[in-house]
Amino acid sequence: MTARRTRSHMYEKAFIGLALAAVVLPLLLLAVLIADVIVDSSGRLGFDFLTGYPSRKPEQAGILPGLAGSIYLILLTAAMALPVGVGAALYLEEYGKKGRLSNLIEVNISNLAGVPSIIYGLLGLEMFVRTIGLGRSLLAGAGTMALLILPIIIISSREALRTVPLSVREGAYALGATRWQVTRKVVLPMAFPGILTGSILAVSRAIGEAAPLIVVGALAYIAFLPDSVNSPFTVLPIQIFNWVSRPQEEFLKNAAAGSVVLLATLLILNSIAIVLRNRLQKRRTW
Amino acid sequence: MLIETKEKREAPPRVRSANLTEVVAIQNASVKAKLQVEGLSAWFGTNKVLFGIRMQIPENRVTAIIGPSGCGKSTFIRTLNRMHEMVVGARVEGQVRLDGQDIYAQDIDPVLLRRRVGMVFQKPNPFPTMSIRDNVLAGLRLTRALDRGRGEEIVETALRQAALWEELSDRLDEPGGSLSGGQQQRLVIARALAVEPDVILMDEPCSALDPIATARIEDRIHALKEKYTIVIVTHNMQQAARVADRTAFFLLGELIEYENTNDLFTAPKDKRTEDYITGKFG
Ligand SMILES: Nc1ncnc2c1ncn2[C@@H]1O[C@H](COP(=O)(O)OP(=O)(O)OP(=O)(O)O)[C@@H](O)[C@H]1O
Ligand SMILES: [Mg+2]
Repeated sequence: MTARRTRSHMYEKAFIGLALAAVVLPLLLLAVLIADVIVDSSGRLGFDFLTGYPSRKPEQAGILPGLAGSIYLILLTAAMALPVGVGAALYLEEYGKKGRLSNLIEVNISNLAGVPSIIYGLLGLEMFVRTIGLGRSLLAGAGTMALLILPIIIISSREALRTVPLSVREGAYALGATRWQVTRKVVLPMAFPGILTGSILAVSRAIGEAAPLIVVGALAYIAFLPDSVNSPFTVLPIQIFNWVSRPQEEFLKNAAAGSVVLLATLLILNSIAIVLRNRLQKRRTW
Repeated sequence: MLIETKEKREAPPRVRSANLTEVVAIQNASVKAKLQVEGLSAWFGTNKVLFGIRMQIPENRVTAIIGPSGCGKSTFIRTLNRMHEMVVGARVEGQVRLDGQDIYAQDIDPVLLRRRVGMVFQKPNPFPTMSIRDNVLAGLRLTRALDRGRGEEIVETALRQAALWEELSDRLDEPGGSLSGGQQQRLVIARALAVEPDVILMDEPCSALDPIATARIEDRIHALKEKYTIVIVTHNMQQAARVADRTAFFLLGELIEYENTNDLFTAPKDKRTEDYITGKFG
C-alpha cells in the first residue's frame, strides 16, 4: 500500500515536472525570439521609424503606412465581422430550430474556420475586388479579413452562449420575458466575456495575416496614408515581408524593427480589448 | 402547527361569484377554483408522461403535489404556466383554465400568461450578472420600464415577503450569485413575488435546504396564500401535511387521488396512495 502510494506520488511529481516544462519552454523560446528580434533591429526602432514612409534607403525607411493600414484594417474588419458573427451565433443558438439543418450548418462553419487563408484571399479578390468592384481598397481587404475571421467568431460566440445554463434562461422566461428580452438582458450579459475573448483571438489572427491581403492587392510600397476606405493600403506583415525579401542586408534590420512594431500593436490592441471587457463585466449590465 | 392551520381554515372563506368556474369543497367550505385542469395529457416527443389529468386548484389555498420521482409532478406544474412547451418536442393536450379562460387557447400569449402564473424552480436560479436588487426587479425590468422610486419600494416589499429583508437589506448591490443556497431560493421567491402574479408554482422549493431555511419558507407560504394561489411540488410528505390545504398524489403520470390534505394522509381512499404515504414504495 505504502509502496504503491509513493509510486503514484512519483508519477504525480513527474507529471507536474513535465507540465511545468511545457509551460516554461515555449515562454522561454518566445522570450528568446523577441530578444533576438529586438537585437536585430539594432537601433532602427525609433520615432523616425514609426513616422517614416518606405524608402529605397534602409536607414530612412519607416513603417507608418503599414502601421496605419493595419490599424484601419483591423478596426474595419472588427466593425464588419463582430456584429455579423455575434448575430449569426445568437440566431443559431437562441432562435434557430435545432435539427439536421443546424447540425449541417455547424459542421460547415467549423470547416470554414479551417480553410487556409489564401483561399479567403481568392474569394475576396473575386467577390469584393472584381464583382462588387471595390478595387484594391481598404474596404476590400477588410471584407476579406472579416470573412476569414467570421467562422471563428461564430464558433466562439456559440460556445459562450451555450455556457449560459438552461435553468437561468427558464427563470427569465418564467417571469414573463419574451425571447428577445431573455436574450438581450440575461443571456448576452452572461455570455459577453466569452464572446469578447473569442473575438479578441479572432481579430488578433487577422492582424498577423499577409497572404489573403496580397491576393486582394494590398501594395508593398506605398508612400501615403489611406485617406478613405477606398484607398489602396498596405499592412505591417506585408511591409515586413517586403523588407525581408530585399537583397540589401540593411533591410533585415527594418524587418526586425517592423516585427517589434507588429508584436507591440498586437499586444496593445489585445490589452485594450481585455481592459474593456473587464470594465464591462464589472459595470451593471443594465 | 396543525392547530394553527386549522384556525386559518375556519376563517370565513372568500367565495366569489362562480358562474364560469367550478367550486372546490375544502373542509366543508367551498372556494372558487382558480385553475381548472381538464383531460390534460403531456408528451416529451413520443413519450407520454401525463395521462388525462383532471383537477380543480382552489384560489388562495396551497395545493401540494406529491408522488415518486419521475411521476410527472414537474411536468404537470410546467403545463400550468406553459413552460412545458419550451422543451423541444414537448406537447400538451387538454385544457387548463385560469379564472375560466383556457390558457392553451389560440389568442393567449404565453409570455403574458407567465406574468400571472409565476414559478419557483427546484434549483435556485438567480441571475448571476445582476445585483440582488436587480434580481428582485428582474421580472419588471425585463418586461417593462420601471421608475426608480417605486423600484426601492417593490424590492423591500418582495424581500420582506420572502423573509430575506433583515438578512440582506444592506447588501442589495452584491451579485445574486454571492448568496447561500437557502438565500438564493428565497431570492428567487422574492423575484417571483415582485411581479405580483395570481398563482405561484413552486417545484420542490426546499429540496436543497436545511430545516431552518425550510421552516422559514414554509412559514412564508402560509402567509402568502392570503394573496396568492400556491401550487407546491414536494417529496416531503410532512411538508405537504404542514403547508397544504389540498394534496394530490400522482403516480406514473396519472392523478391517483386528490383530497383535503388531512383526509389524504389520514384516510386515503386508494390503496396506492396508502402504500406511498406509508412508505411501502417510492
Ligand atoms: N426534458 C425532458 N425530456 C424528455 N423527457 C423528460 C424530460 N423531463 C422529464 N422527462 C420525463 O418525463 C417524466 C416525468 O418527469 P418529471 O420531471 O415531471 O418527474 P417528477 O415527478 O418531477 O420527478 P422528480 O420528483 O424526480 O423531480 C419522466 O419519466 C422523465 O424521464
Ligand atoms: Mg421534478
